[in-house]
Amino acid sequence: MTRDVVIVGGGTGGAVLANDLADRFASEIDAGDVRVTLVNDSDDHVYKPVWLYVPFGKREPSDGRRPLRDLVDSRVDVVIDRVTDIDTDAQRLTYRDGSGPGRYDKLVLATGSRLAPEEIPGLVEGGHDYYTEEGALALQEELLSFTEGHLVLSVIGSPHMCPAAPLEFVFMADDWFRKRGLREDIDITYTYPIQRVHGNPHIAEWAAPLMEERDINVETFFNAEEIDAENGVMTSMEGGELDYDLLVTIPPHRGIDLVEEAGLGDRGWVEVDKGTLEAVHADNVYAIGDTADTGVPKAGSVAHYQAGVVAQRIASELRDRPATEVYHGKTVCFIETGMDAASYVEFDYENPPTPPAPSKKLHWAKLAYNESYWLTARGLL
Amino acid sequence: MSETQAEKTVDSRGAACPGPLMDLVGAIREVDSGTVVALLSDNDQSLVDVPEWAAESGNEVVGTEEAEDHYRILVRKA
Repeated sequence: MTRDVVIVGGGTGGAVLANDLADRFASEIDAGDVRVTLVNDSDDHVYKPVWLYVPFGKREPSDGRRPLRDLVDSRVDVVIDRVTDIDTDAQRLTYRDGSGPGRYDKLVLATGSRLAPEEIPGLVEGGHDYYTEEGALALQEELLSFTEGHLVLSVIGSPHMCPAAPLEFVFMADDWFRKRGLREDIDITYTYPIQRVHGNPHIAEWAAPLMEERDINVETFFNAEEIDAENGVMTSMEGGELDYDLLVTIPPHRGIDLVEEAGLGDRGWVEVDKGTLEAVHADNVYAIGDTADTGVPKAGSVAHYQAGVVAQRIASELRDRPATEVYHGKTVCFIETGMDAASYVEFDYENPPTPPAPSKKLHWAKLAYNESYWLTARGLL
Repeated sequence: MSETQAEKTVDSRGAACPGPLMDLVGAIREVDSGTVVALLSDNDQSLVDVPEWAAESGNEVVGTEEAEDHYRILVRKA
């Protein structure tokens, strides 16, 4: 009987995992003993880091899109459909269009993050973001006509995708306005929910002096409570108040509702063993990338490394061998510190990051990686 | 350990900093004024983060209890 591995979600984690499994199971798939299905609710695979550059006119959203089928090994069944129910007891899935395999032997949830701006009153009306294509394009319009006033970047949701991106945005905005001769007429304020400028204390320690050098105002312990879009005022749970002319936010994030409905975890994040990435509340279910509640950043590199771990574990389990691969929290991120300089962090559960001084070389390395990302999605890099 | 009553409990055991504090902030956001929320955390940093945030935000830490492998920090929403 064919054993079914179903991956839900065709982002970085899902695509890398599907290609890895196609490689490992090539002969079993050809013999009909194993089937690998990748379910995604749209035709395209999206490389979200491109959106950071869109507001500054450096990239177009189309630079971050490719047809998913072009990136995935032909041995993988790509199904464009939406999963509407997960029954972890019966190991069955239900689909909107009914086009995927009903039963699974191994299920991997790689369903990512979605924005939930509606959780903060006034945020939908008052805030811009660069965490969606539409948001990045709308912000581009605003930035191009913004020549004076107060730009506020507020991190409202945590955890959120790419924890470096809020820092990158203010560093890039500062440099972009300086290069255009506008910086003296524009104040920039960065707000963060806890008592430092980043969740990771080592990154916070590195970033705070850079922000001070560049006259970027900082408000910590600032958890947005309400946005008055009409008057351009945001208030915080801590009693703070900020007037703004242009508000850019990192909205609250959630995973998909199905995760909670299936009893796998709160707010759409699957509760997992941090090493094996197996769901705590169901057998034969894994989660990777943003979906896995591991405490490490919601970032593409995390999804990439976790996909390799889960591929090895699933291959071993289906071959009745011990699964030995363990995820140790490895995370790698570039951090843009302007329009032509960047730093870099690498860390895991045990070893903290030590970001080097920003350099042009690291900026070029980040741009080079962005261009070669498609090799990652194909499982080649 | 005799547990003080809380109307809502947030279980953040296993979460790395600042996860527990952010979980608490999310819970406080959703409850009415006067409600006591219990945060379960096994991260020592929560013993510093939570009182600092409560002082900053005007909420009140009404108790901290220590169990075998975690803390239970009670915060009343202002």
